[in-house]
Amino acid sequence: MAAILSLHEAVKQFIQDGDSVALEGFTHLIPTAAGHEIIRQGKRDLTLVRMTPDLIYDQLIGAGCARKLIFSWGGNPGVGSLHRLRDAVEKQWPHAIEIEEHSHADLANAYVAGASGLPFAVLRAYAGSDLPKVNPLIKSVTCPFTGEVLAAVPSVRPDVTVIHAQKADRKGNVLLWGILGVQKEAALAAKRCIVTVEEIVDDLQAPMNACVLPTWALSAVCLVPGGAHPSYAHGYYERDNRFYQAWDPIARNRESFTAWIDTYIRGTADFTEFQARLASTAEAAQ
Amino acid sequence: MSYSTSEMMTVAAARRLRNGAVCFVGIGLPSKAANLARLTSSPDVVLIYESGPIGAKPSVLPLSIGDGELAETADTVVPTGEIFRYWLQGGRIDVGFLGAAQVDRFGNINTTVVGDYHAPKTRLPGAGGAPEIAGSAKQVLIILKQSPRAFVDKLDFITSVGHGEGGDSRQRLGLPGEGPVGIITDLCIMEPEADTHEFVVTSIHPGVTREQIIKATGWAIRFAEGVQQTAAPSEVELSALRDLEARTAAAHGQTAGEA
Repeated sequence: MAAILSLHEAVKQFIQDGDSVALEGFTHLIPTAAGHEIIRQGKRDLTLVRMTPDLIYDQLIGAGCARKLIFSWGGNPGVGSLHRLRDAVEKQWPHAIEIEEHSHADLANAYVAGASGLPFAVLRAYAGSDLPKVNPLIKSVTCPFTGEVLAAVPSVRPDVTVIHAQKADRKGNVLLWGILGVQKEAALAAKRCIVTVEEIVDDLQAPMNACVLPTWALSAVCLVPGGAHPSYAHGYYERDNRFYQAWDPIARNRESFTAWIDTYIRGTADFTEFQARLASTAEAAQ
Repeated sequence: MSYSTSEMMTVAAARRLRNGAVCFVGIGLPSKAANLARLTSSPDVVLIYESGPIGAKPSVLPLSIGDGELAETADTVVPTGEIFRYWLQGGRIDVGFLGAAQVDRFGNINTTVVGDYHAPKTRLPGAGGAPEIAGSAKQVLIILKQSPRAFVDKLDFITSVGHGEGGDSRQRLGLPGEGPVGIITDLCIMEPEADTHEFVVTSIHPGVTREQIIKATGWAIRFAEGVQQTAAPSEVELSALRDLEARTAAAHGQTAGEA
């Protein structure tokens, strides 16, 4: 059974220094509030797994929480570079970061394999690509039936997965819809799973075949309305494209980034206070 | 109607998508061209985005690969793992439509690093869905602006394979798809030459000179015999494109040039 906890308590209980952590959500339902809370609690030496690091990992990497990054596409969608990721890779700031790089198909299959309890995933991939030359974990396997040589990659089995979803009921069953990315697979691949949700309701009223994660497969459910911002929650709020654009100059240099983290994340008690500070800054700018 | 070189590029790329084709679309220029095709010559083109939407019919262009607009206008939305496993690897994609940071003469793509991988001069976003799209789609189209920095003699890194080292490279690699069949730029269209599979210029956009193309290419680019002139964008094509960009800019709160 998932415990209904504050986000502070869930991160404190379930994420330890040195853990491998997947905060998933493919453009949609990115668990931003949880990323902030990890920074607030000063977690260290994390192995961060995520197909698209996005702003959430730019923040975690720049704030010094990550030892290693496992990913498949690291940009600011529709805007450009993730400057904190690039600074860590190119200039080792705030410290060196190990990167383990895959393709989307690879990581998506690796999550499926992880959720399936398998040690590796098999897929038709990478022939002719240089990625296997720089990632020794990309290997090959020969089909015992046809002789075809296929790519074999280790499954992803994080210590903790964190996702954001639309709804939970009071027992902690979770419903999500819209673009689902690899959230279900990431949740089931992990040893522990925290879900932040937009609202907690008496009855999920989930249609048959809907994507429901049962409470007994989860560790904690936390009520964090707006917790995916600047990503979006289908049916609740839209993607804040302006924030993605505004992030570019903030993250571009170390001083403005650190000042932003100190003011908005380390300088706020929780996500509600963060939202209030962001709103008052936006108001002052008008 | 006068038009820009970027508009010519998008229109020329859109024309390459036949009606009814099932198209796996990358974000940015490919998405713009594919949606223009859907709004003009190919209303029944099926657009698939790696985030999960199948049969997306967005009225404004997505800024990210997983915008809500794609999900809302799709025939169905499936998990990302399923997109890559059933629909791409399963052999159901006719055309993979990709952008690139750099390409070489065989249509190989680099979106990973400039310089040494372990000490990069410039770290690029990385692979995303492209390596397997390039491998498994029946055909691949590449769209990018032409410059010597983008069209290079030798790639620092091959992220997604095109025709490899040329010739029968793809067959030797055991890749199921035919590979790239066109590179559409703001200056011209290139297609792979028979046998060598080296990309040569087969169509030059109106007002562009051979010298311009040679100067904008980092290898000794060749021109096909009987090279064509690309038809200028029609009024229908241009107004559809401009309307799409204006709707997009309004929806995303940008100025029109940014869309």
